[in-house]
This record gives sequence, C-alpha cells and structure tokens, in this order.
Amino acid sequence: MDLAFFYFLVLGFAIFMYVLLDGFDLGIGILYPWFNQGDERDHLMRSISHVWDGNETWLVFGGVILFAAFPEAYGDILSIFYLPIMLMLFALIFRGVAFEYRFKSDTSRPYWDLAFSSGSAIAAFCQGLLLGSLVQGVPSDTSSLSSLHWLTPFSILTGFSVMAGYALLAACYLFMKSRGRIQQHAARLGKRLLIITVLAMIAVSLWTVINEVEIRDRWFSDYNFLLLSPLPLLSLVAAFFLWKELSAHQDHSRESRPFWCASALFLLGFAGLVVGLFPYLIPRQLTFMDAASPDSSLLFLLPGVCIFVPLICAYTIWGYRVFAGKVEDYQEGY
Amino acid sequence: MDLDVAILSRIQFAFTVSFHIIFPSITIGLATLIAIWEGLWLKTHNPYYLQLAKFWIKPFAITFGMGVVSGIVLSYEFGTNFSKFSEMTGAILGPLMAYEVLTAFFMEAGFLGVMLFGWQRVGRKLHFFSTLIVMLGTWFSAFWIIAANSWMQTPAGYKIVDGRFEVESWMAIIFNPSMPYRLTHMVVASFITAIFVVAGICAYYLLKKQNLPFAKKGLSMCMWFALVLTPIQAWIGDMHGLNVQEHQPTKLAAMEGIWHEKEANVPLLLFAMPNMETESNDYQVGIPNLGSLILTHSWDGEVQGLKAVPPEDRPNVPLVFWSFRIMVGIGFGMIAIAVLALLLRRKDRLFENKPFLALVSLFTPAGVIAVLAGWYVVEIGRQPWIVYNLIRTSEIVSPLLAERVLFTLIVFVVIYTLLLGVYLYFMRKLIKKGPPSMAALEQQLIGMKAPGYALAWVKLLQESDTQNKQIRNKEGEQ
Ligand code: HDD
Ligand code: HEM
Ligand code: HEM
Repeated sequence: MDLAFFYFLVLGFAIFMYVLLDGFDLGIGILYPWFNQGDERDHLMRSISHVWDGNETWLVFGGVILFAAFPEAYGDILSIFYLPIMLMLFALIFRGVAFEYRFKSDTSRPYWDLAFSSGSAIAAFCQGLLLGSLVQGVPSDTSSLSSLHWLTPFSILTGFSVMAGYALLAACYLFMKSRGRIQQHAARLGKRLLIITVLAMIAVSLWTVINEVEIRDRWFSDYNFLLLSPLPLLSLVAAFFLWKELSAHQDHSRESRPFWCASALFLLGFAGLVVGLFPYLIPRQLTFMDAASPDSSLLFLLPGVCIFVPLICAYTIWGYRVFAGKVEDYQEGY
Repeated sequence: MDLDVAILSRIQFAFTVSFHIIFPSITIGLATLIAIWEGLWLKTHNPYYLQLAKFWIKPFAITFGMGVVSGIVLSYEFGTNFSKFSEMTGAILGPLMAYEVLTAFFMEAGFLGVMLFGWQRVGRKLHFFSTLIVMLGTWFSAFWIIAANSWMQTPAGYKIVDGRFEVESWMAIIFNPSMPYRLTHMVVASFITAIFVVAGICAYYLLKKQNLPFAKKGLSMCMWFALVLTPIQAWIGDMHGLNVQEHQPTKLAAMEGIWHEKEANVPLLLFAMPNMETESNDYQVGIPNLGSLILTHSWDGEVQGLKAVPPEDRPNVPLVFWSFRIMVGIGFGMIAIAVLALLLRRKDRLFENKPFLALVSLFTPAGVIAVLAGWYVVEIGRQPWIVYNLIRTSEIVSPLLAERVLFTLIVFVVIYTLLLGVYLYFMRKLIKKGPPSMAALEQQLIGMKAPGYALAWVKLLQESDTQNKQIRNKEGEQ
C-alpha cells in the first residue's frame, strides 16, 4: 500500500477517535446547563474527569500526524484558520483547567461551571466551523489570511450541528454511566438531540450537494450513488436503533447500546465526508499525495504508528474498564 | 509604530512556551518523587512515605493539568504562527513530535487516570505501576522534545532538497551534537526544581511547627537528593558550555560578554552591562583569566568573541548574559544550601535552624526561575537563527494580519496571568490544608469507611455475610 495513503488513513483514524472521545467529553459540557447545579453537575464532571486528558491527546495526535506526514497541509490549514483555531485553544484551556479546580473550590465553583460549559461549547462550535469552512474550500491566495472566509452561514450551521452531535454522544454516555433521574433525563435529552442531529446532517448534506459541484459529481455521477447509498441508509438505520434503545425499558445489559449506535452514526457521517473530499486535504488545492513528507520520514514513523497505536488503544480500553460501571457519587481517588 | 507580525509571533511563542515550561519542569521531577515515595512505601510500609505520596499527588494533578492545556497550544502554534517553518522542517521535526505523542503523551494521559483516581479500583502494585508509567511518560516526553529542539540548535543528519529539509540519518538527527547535554541538563533541572519545591514547603511547615514528622521526612530526603544532584548539575552545565562553545560560539560569547574577535586571557565577569551599541561592556568587574580556565580548561585559552560575526547575526547580548548569570547564581545557591544542610544535619540542627529553613522556603520557586533563565540563554542566544546558521527566524513566520496576532497575544497574556494566579491560589490552599491525617490514610487502606469503590465492595461482603449467617441459622434451626 502507498505510504502516503496509509498516513491518510491514520490521520482519519486519529480525527475519528478524537471526534468520538472528545465528542462525548465536550458534549458533557454542552449538556451542563440542562442539569442542576451541585450534585448533578458533580456527577457529570466525575463521569469524565479521569478520561478527558486522554481524549484530548487524540487532538494532539491528529495535529502531529498532519505535521509529520503532511507538513504543507499542517502549515497551510493552521495559518489559514488562525483565529478559529486560537479561539478553540482558548476554549479548551478554560474547560481543561476547570476539571482540577472545580472540585477544589468553594466559593468560585459557579465560575468553574461556567468555564467548563462555555469552554466546551465554544470548542465544539469552532471545530464545526473549521469543518464547514474546509468543506467549502478556502481561497487560494494569501489574501485568504486577511478575510473572514471561515465565517459563513454554512460554517455556522456546521458549527451548531457539531455541537448537537457532541451533545448527543454525551447524552448516550451519561445513559450508560448514571442511574435514576440523571439517566432518564439523559434519555429524554438524547432523543431530542437525535432529532436535531439527524435534521442537521440532512441539511448539511443537501447544502453541500447543492453548492459544491465536485462533491455533487462524486455522489451522483454514474452509478456512484448506488454504491454510496449504504452510507445514508445505514445512518438512518443507526438513528432508528438509537431512538429505540433510548426509549427502551431500562435494562442493565443494554445501557451501553445507545452509545454504540451513536458512534456508528458518527462513523457513517464521517465516512460520507471523506468520500466527498477524497483525496484532498484542502479541497481543490492540496491532495494528500502532494502534501506528503518524503518517504524517509514516513518510513521512520511507520514502526511507531504500527506498534504504538494498537498499544494505545489497548491501554485506553483497559483504562475505561478500570472505571467501568456507574459513576458513584463520592469523591474517589487522590 | 508599525506592528510587525514576526515580532508579535515571536513574543507570543516565547510567552506561551515560557508559561508551559513552568509546569513540566515541576511535573517531571514530582512524578519521579511520587514514584519513589510510593515504591518505598510498598517496600518498607512506613506510612510517612504514603503520606508524602498522597499529599504531593494533589499539587501534581493541578500542575499536570496546567501543563497539558498549555502544551496543546504549543503543538498547534508551530503551524499557526510559523507555517513556513513547519513546511520546511516538518519532515524532520514532525516525526520526532509524533513519537513524543505516541510514546509519551498517550501513556501519561492513559495511566494518569488510574494514578489519580484509581486508588480504590486497582491493587497497590498496579497503582504503583501506573505511577511509574506516568513518570516514564514525562521522561520520554522530555527526550523527544529536547531532541527536536537540540536539532534546531545544532542541526545534523539532514539534506536540503528544494528548500526543504530531508532526512539523511535519523540517529544523527536525534542524537545531534548538543542533545545529550541538553537532555541530561534539563532532566536533572526538573528533578532539582521539584526537590526544591518539596523542600521549600516542608521547611515552611517546620517553621510553622505543623505536620512535623511529615515535613522532617520530606526535607531530609530532599536535602540528600539535592546534595547529590546539584553538583552534578553544575558539572553537566560546564560540559554543556564547552559544547556550546564548539557549536555556537556566538552564543557563548554573548553568555560571557566577550566582544573582541578573538580573546585570550578571558576574565570571568561577575558584573557587567553589555552594550550592543558600543560593542563593549560597561561597568565590568571580573576575575582575570578565570573565564579562559573555565571555557577552555587552560589558563590563557582563546575564545571567539561577538565581533567575529556581523551585528545582524548577534543575539540580544544583555538578555543572554544576565539570564546565564541568574541560572548559574541559583545553581551555586542550591549547592550551598545542600552543603549547609549536610553540616546542620551533622549537628542535628537541620530541623531547628530558623534562618536555614527560611532560606529553603525562599528557594521554593528557584528551580523554576533557573529553568526559565536557562531556556532564555538557549533560545535567545541562538537568534537570529531558528535552525542554527540555516534559517533565520524572521523568514519563516506565517503571513498573518498583525492585528490578529496582537489580539491573540493579548488574550494569551490575560488568560495566562489569570491562570497563574489561580494556580498559585489553589497551591496555597492545598498547602494550607496540609497532608491527609494518618487516621484517614489507614482507613482508606483497610477499606473500611473508605470512600469509593472499596466501600461498595465491603457492603457487598457484609450483605453476603449476613445472608450466609441467616442461611446457617436456618440450617441450625432445622
Ligand atoms: C523537557 C520537558 C518539556 C519541554 C521542553 C516541553 N514539554 Fe510539553 N510537556 C512536557 C514536557 C515538556 C510533559 C512533562 O510531558 C508535559 C507537562 C505536563 C504534562 O501534562 O505533560 C507536557 C505537556 C505537553 C502537551 C500536552 C500533552 C497531553 O495532551 O497530555 C503538549 C501538546 C506539549 N507538551 C507540547 C510541547 C511543545 C510543542 C513544546 C515545545 C515547543 C513543549 N511541549 C515543550
Ligand atoms: C520549554 C522551554 C523553552 C523556553 C522557555 C523557550 C523560550 C523561547 C524564547 C524566549 C524564544 C524567543 C526567542 C526570540 O525570538 O528572541 C523561543 C523561540 C522559539 N523556540 Fe523555544 N523555548 C523552549 C523550548 C523550545 C522547544 C522544546 C522547542 C522546539 C521543539 C522550541 C522551539 C522554538 C521555536 C520554533 C522558536 C521560534 C520562534 C522564535 O524564534 O521566536 N522551544 N523559545
Ligand atoms: C550551576 C551551574 C550551571 C551551569 C554551569 C549551567 C550551564 C548551562 C549552559 C551552558 C546552558 C546553555 C546551553 C545552550 O545555550 O545551549 C544551560 C542551559 C540550561 N540550564 Fe543550566 N547550568 C547550571 C545550573 C542550572 C540549574 C541549577 C538549573 C535548573 C534547576 C539549570 C537549568 C537549565 C536549563 C533548563 C537550560 C536550558 C535547557 C538545556 O540546555 O538543557 N541550570 N545551562
């Protein structure tokens, strides 16, 4: 297999893992305002305080894979989207420190609540904004650096869609990790968010298909649509099962199913996106083949990726299993 | 005044990386100390070791959190602010940083959860293992990032194809000429930083007559460590200096304030105001020939001065000169403290001598200051080059709008100042609260009245116990 293509897959894997893991983690912050101050929010925070760091590391991994394997794309994308990226980083700082300080604070707790929820929401929104403006493509001259090309109705729509999607993941995660009122509330919120997410996915897809000629051709020329139709159809199936599981009578052995359905929904959406953009890293400008590092670098990194990525997945799973089961309502550890 | 993107980006990078390094330099050392305490506790069952580990894990957690959030910014800043630099050097620096993520960051993050929250969920051995892995993670992280930075200082093992760097030999790149010195100097610097943080807080407790056995144990251990490590650090620093002289003579000239193109009989300057306009030092006070002795290990060895290169190739001399003196000054101050501690220990006055304890608690932040000063020597001293003698810093900044960089710089300054204040506030709070009481620790260990998982488990046992009893009673009745 072509080395550059392999790294394209690794990059895709890193982004997907990030979206999935930090998705539910940021989503908890987005759902925060819908839960009561005090106990319930403590519970939400506890459900992720041992994993947020690992989840966010996938963001760093995505960044450095881009840097190592596709340096040109790394330099271009990051400088073109200077402001939204910086805004996302600021937001991530606020929500990240909230984990440590919130539980140690007395009087300042409301501020940490605010830092956590607004930080999570803004970071998610910025990620959606980046996604949307990348799909639309960026102007090819350096004047792009001075315009606000990333702020369009479409990218704002994708910004809110990503927020809704993350909140959906979080609701499913909570459904798995909590009991009683929080669990029921999560199921209710989850169903609403599912409707919003599905509508948003449809809206974004239609909008792209209407506006972006290349993506439309990719989907509708020749028999492509027949080949690709499983993606939207399976998404609908996943959404249907997700709905069913969230409405199902609560039963211990099935509580993790909504989360897996939501993951499937995300995976299918992500695949649809890649189908539309392939082989570009920056639409219409830079393909992954052109941006790739020389083989000497790609080969050097190859054993690292092949050995450590499976290992990382293994101990990440181990970590989740150590903390498996419901979140208990008392301070553990330290 | 016209705003210059290059200057703003550089200030922003310098500011954010300076903020970041405060936390790693504490966490690398503290993770190691916590692992040592936990290991000793497992071996000796002396509860004071557990108390030390359990107390310091909290400051560790908040320091680590600050390190993570400020680090994520950095890994993106190469692309946002120095896009051309990333494109030119990505093939070399990218894989090094990717290995850092693969071998260090994921490991730290993956096992940190267990280290912090897993006391009641995994056995003691497994917990200790997690602590060890976190410690190793911080070391590996230092290894890779220092390799990357050292390659920029003393590039080796590369070839340039179409204006981009490509790899000739990975071994030569990773173990470039300055890397072994910089890595050991930095890792030992982190140990020392953490040692003085712990010692400073213990000295504070002793002064306040609080938590005495705990504080005595901590201070005594730290002073032994310091006695070994601080002289080693000075020795590594000396070798590091010789290496700088060989590969970056201009930087060395700036560190020592040497102007003449060639200078023999170099004095060791104790005080001077290097003046870049007149190309000489004002108010110079020095010890004759000692400079030559230190730098060349011979009485009248010759050293290259700043005038050997044109002015545009020189770094900001006063900054480098003074940063270097601050670091070395603190270094010798630390050696003095460690030796003093030994003398006091002999007279059995280590825990009573008030001026000494006050001095030690004054030195709590000294390590961090020395680390920052050391990095300023390294980084400002290599300017105007970003990759030494190959790329100039001014050539590689992203073509951004100056206002936007100014805006983000201001936001960074505001946020980081605020966060530093919050960090210090919570550190103070943790220190005021003091270590967990022995009683609390013991309860947790036995699993009775312990919070968390253990409690649920004990309850479960009790339930099945009573059930068993009931069954037995019934059997008895029959
Ligand atoms: C010698 C030590 C050292 C130095 C010079 C640096 N770092 Fe660092 N960094 C660490 C030692 C460290 C660490 C000990 O591994 C940290 C500190 C606390 C922590 O969480 O991990 C860390 C955290 C950390 C993280 C978060 C990791 C995570 O998600 O868990 C990132 C992305 C970076 N760093 C990136 C950088 C970059 C791009 C640097 C240079 C410009 C840099 N660091 C300098
Ligand atoms: C962690 C401790 C570090 C500190 C305190 C530090 C400090 C600084 C300072 C003060 C500058 C600005 C110099 C100037 O513009 O005059 C700078 C520049 C720079 N440093 Fe570091 N540095 C550190 C580590 C690193 C590491 C590990 C790397 C790379 C792997 C690195 C890469 C850079 C780059 C790319 C610049 C370019 C921007 C510039 O020259 O201004 N630094 N650093
Ligand atoms: C006591 C005598 C010491 C000497 C002679 C010494 C020497 C040096 C030299 C020559 C450099 C510059 C390397 C370069 O420019 O490339 C340096 C850098 C540095 N020093 Fe020191 N040093 C001493 C003590 C300390 C102490 C006590 C600390 C911290 C606790 C420290 C922390 C650092 C750091 C973090 C750097 C930058 C990173 C590195 O090069 O590893 N130094 N030191």
